[in-house]
Amino acid sequence: MATQLQLAPAPLRTRVRRNRLRVLLFLAPGLVGFAVFLVYPLVMTVWLSFTNSNMISQAQFVGLRNYRYLLDGDPLIRHAIRNTAWLVVIMVPAQVLFALGVAMVTARLKAGASVFRTLFYLPALAPPVAATVAFVCMFNPNSGPVNRILGLLGIHGPLWFNSPDWSKPALTLLALWGSGTMMVIFLAALLEVPAELYEAAELDGAGPWHRFRYVTLPTISPVVLFATVTGVIAGLQYFTQAMVASQVANGNIQPAPGYPDGSTLTFPQQLYIAGFNQFHAGYACALAVVLFVVAMAFTVVLLRRASGFDIEESPR
Amino acid sequence: MSESRGGPVTRTAPRPRRTARRTVAASLLAVTALLAAACTTGGATSKADTGADDTTPVTLTFWHGLSSPHEIASVNAVLAKFHKKYPYITVKAVAAQTDDKVNQAIRGGTAPDVASSFNAANVGGWCSSGAFQDLTPDIEADHVDMSQIPKAVQSYTAFGGKRCTMPWLADTFGLYYNKKLFAQAGITSPPKTMSELAADAKKLTTFNADGSIRTAGFMPYLGAYEMLTEHLVPSWGGKWLTADGQSNVGGDPAFAQALTWQKSLVDWFGTKKLVTFKAGMGDEFSAQNAFETGKLAMMVDGEWRNAFIKNDKADIDYGTVAMPAADGKSQLYGAGYVGGNVIGMPRGAEHPGAAWKLIKFLTTDTDALTTLADGIGNVPTTTAALDSPSLSLAKDPHFAPFLEVFKNPLTTTTPASGDGGAYLTNFGHFVEKWQSGGVPDLKAGLAAVDKQNNAALKLGQ
Repeated sequence: MATQLQLAPAPLRTRVRRNRLRVLLFLAPGLVGFAVFLVYPLVMTVWLSFTNSNMISQAQFVGLRNYRYLLDGDPLIRHAIRNTAWLVVIMVPAQVLFALGVAMVTARLKAGASVFRTLFYLPALAPPVAATVAFVCMFNPNSGPVNRILGLLGIHGPLWFNSPDWSKPALTLLALWGSGTMMVIFLAALLEVPAELYEAAELDGAGPWHRFRYVTLPTISPVVLFATVTGVIAGLQYFTQAMVASQVANGNIQPAPGYPDGSTLTFPQQLYIAGFNQFHAGYACALAVVLFVVAMAFTVVLLRRASGFDIEESPR
Repeated sequence: MSESRGGPVTRTAPRPRRTARRTVAASLLAVTALLAAACTTGGATSKADTGADDTTPVTLTFWHGLSSPHEIASVNAVLAKFHKKYPYITVKAVAAQTDDKVNQAIRGGTAPDVASSFNAANVGGWCSSGAFQDLTPDIEADHVDMSQIPKAVQSYTAFGGKRCTMPWLADTFGLYYNKKLFAQAGITSPPKTMSELAADAKKLTTFNADGSIRTAGFMPYLGAYEMLTEHLVPSWGGKWLTADGQSNVGGDPAFAQALTWQKSLVDWFGTKKLVTFKAGMGDEFSAQNAFETGKLAMMVDGEWRNAFIKNDKADIDYGTVAMPAADGKSQLYGAGYVGGNVIGMPRGAEHPGAAWKLIKFLTTDTDALTTLADGIGNVPTTTAALDSPSLSLAKDPHFAPFLEVFKNPLTTTTPASGDGGAYLTNFGHFVEKWQSGGVPDLKAGLAAVDKQNNAALKLGQ
């Protein structure tokens, strides 16, 4: 009788509640992490963006003052937006195309493939600060080897990191040099493209371009999408290399964000300066909110467009 | 139980749910408010151990920015004297600390007991935000004579009626010139006016066969080493802020005059040639410094360069004088720019009483000041230390001009502002555009900088 009582099914509602509790219990670590490390900082950032917080004394609500300053007061924010937009529009596609190109070349290599793959990947292991310092020295217009070699070829090299016109292209070269991780991801995707698809395409008379356009690209499109989305987000958050390059190129012990002539001042740099050098944490939070919204918008647009592309073009 | 959920109670069910929602919403608001409050540092400002008789053994943490071996050795020598005077206080000094690290530690509640900075521009932000504690109660309790510190120095170490830092040696700026290169160019004495400086710079400059600069008479490009606007405008008597703290770079004609003089010299060299030369000048704080290697005949620099020239064993015959004055402003000859190291007690300091004893010792004890000044080659910041016979630097002809600049009543500084000197950052960006030829109307440009600076000053209020 006692056994029968124990085995008797619990009322439905109780079982549902127990199940929910059990599910919640299993989800708890994740939910706690999500709440503490994502929701809380996000909510606080939005809240602080409406205050005059300096992260030291008690913050006061100031309404939209920080956002108004962003639109109409900050003399450097336009530089920062322009430069960050340049990096997203020029540097990120250049990096994706370069990494894809290198991956395609190394995927086809018959001999010495592993050596070349290692060589192309190695720069990605260099710490960003050390790599940037080395690059600025290499491109030093006075004593760097790059301009010396160009000089031997009869070319007057530009001022590179010391020129407002050349500083961002120089940073792009640095990004291309260090795009080994993206190259490895593309390489893995390219090696997964079924060989029979190429054979069938060849039988149908497809040349190299058509094989790339109608076989390779649709098959690896999820990886291209991943590289583009993460590249755009990294471009929007571009900080370390620009900060180090400007200071090293300026040669002054004082930080020189944006040197030369504001050409390397990025949006996250301006955020850092406002929050950590000028005690305007509230304004820095407003910049962070804008950056978050823009990154989210880019991601949504890219994912929507790419999903359409994938459905129409995928051979599967 | 099940009955109470059915029947008549069912009609009233939404109310408890609404109440529950309201409770949850109220709780969330309360939690958010609590968390928002948690975003400010809660460092203690109590002074439990301020008593002069309190001899409980204590270990202080002291962060400073000095990093060269000779500088660290000098600081440690002075701290040994402090420990001898207060044997119950041990000081753990941490070298090469930056203001960013200090700010982060204050925000994170892990601030050191005492912190120093090279950058007096941050004093305004520290005082107004409470990041550094107001030392006035300690100064008054110990009857510290503040009149022994010159007024200009007092002005950059306090802000908004709060003295949250004390001056810990000062930096003054003057002109360094290479005597050998002067003799080769037939120049017999250093320039006293800006016209003479420009003329000498042109005479001293030599070019390579390809037209690039071999030796620059002077580096007029702002941002190169210590050639900064703040070190240049005292020659024209420029004042950065008005008496009520508003930006004054457009209102004070000194700034336009100084920039016009500077740009004419940049144009004489050629911007591209100057930038290329600047890129090869060598690290400022190394033996490759262009003045120390003879590639730069004259330069603006702080008094500390004397110590670096000596420590780097640079093979150079040089002299030092005050910066030349602008033409027609001969009364300004002998004055210059003064800035310097500041030292204070961050919010959250664990041992404020002992920390104050250290600050007082380092900033007012004549022996401590002269020992450190001689050791690192900086200017001592009290009149007693300046006049002390034990100050060896006063007998050094290379150093003496900097002491005179410090004493000159027309010597000026960059005043503290609540936004960490954002007006200097904004101006720095403006002059980069100016010197590269991107500002067609200087007066309109400077007026726009005033507007931007004033908007930035309002942001943190």
